[in-house]
Amino acid sequence: MIEIQSQMSERAVELLGLPEDQPCFLLDVGCGSGLSGDYISEEGHHWVGMDISSNMLDVAMEREVEGDLILADMGQGIPFRPGMFDGCVSISAVQWLCNADKKTHSPPKRLYRFFSTLYSALARGSRAILQLYPENSEQLELITAQAMKAGFTGGMVVDYPNSAKAKKFFLCLFVGTTGALPKALGAECADGEESQQAKFINERTRFRNAKGKSVKKSRDWVLEKKERRRRQGKEVRADTRYTGRKRRPRF
Amino acid sequence: MKLLTHNMLTSHVRGVRPGGGFPLRIQATEVKVNNVDFNQEFVARMIPKVEWGALVEAAESLGHLSDLPHELPPEYENKEDFLRKVHHVLLEVEVMEGILKCPDSGREFPITKGIPNMLLSEEET
Repeated sequence: MIEIQSQMSERAVELLGLPEDQPCFLLDVGCGSGLSGDYISEEGHHWVGMDISSNMLDVAMEREVEGDLILADMGQGIPFRPGMFDGCVSISAVQWLCNADKKTHSPPKRLYRFFSTLYSALARGSRAILQLYPENSEQLELITAQAMKAGFTGGMVVDYPNSAKAKKFFLCLFVGTTGALPKALGAECADGEESQQAKFINERTRFRNAKGKSVKKSRDWVLEKKERRRRQGKEVRADTRYTGRKRRPRF
Repeated sequence: MKLLTHNMLTSHVRGVRPGGGFPLRIQATEVKVNNVDFNQEFVARMIPKVEWGALVEAAESLGHLSDLPHELPPEYENKEDFLRKVHHVLLEVEVMEGILKCPDSGREFPITKGIPNMLLSEEET
């Protein structure tokens, strides 16, 4: 569990795309016991963490994390002056805003308040990377819609979309810049949908890797065959870059 | 709570005038001084973000002014001894116990074990 946490913080900081060799000032929303903060400190950045659980913050204090800690509810807004942070990370926290723990809680309102105050607390051109576990696609839609409403650009990056276990959602939000979304890990095509469909190829393919043998008439097959002949002591032409090449019609 | 964090915190109680929730007044009962590694580049980068007046005021109220000038000196980027003083005030002085008071609404936020409690009640959000 701890290992996954630190892996995710590593990936989140990577997605932040911070300038190299420059110490930055980051906000960690839902810092908990400060595991993600440890990684940020290792990278030489400074951070401030906020969490709603005083017990978790006490654990963080006991672990003597380097960042400063604040007890606050992200649904009540980020209590910082505008433009203070060079980036924001959050590991497995934002989905909690979708729950209404009290009668008076309204998830869309709390989400909007969180995103709008986060937007102002971040410096222009910075990013917020929020890793989350959405329960369903409606939740995901609700979160992204509120983020866009608050003025963010960006979107979702899904790492390992084809794996049930390693699948990770990162909401990548940009402030004041329209950049391309970072590439997801473990996804051949950018949006995990396409990989499920059969690919259309306008070309006749021979049976690939039939029982470990190379495709007939391919270069590998020719080389293998020549090698076999050589072993039999027959006279074989040397292998060159022309070996197994096709003659084009214009030859 | 470090003074750098204090310099960025504002009160977010409902009904506070825009910009009125800053700076929070500190009434400290326990202050600690930690050793933090000096990073000149970071301190120089943070100074433009810091509200200098509020920092000096906060440091003075804690009795840790450390000869900071009331006006930000020009071309501070290369003055190492000045940056060291700022580093000390920003990152090494920590308020462990006390109260933060919103200058506009008068709402008090307690600081316990170095962690300011910024939680609001339902009526205040």
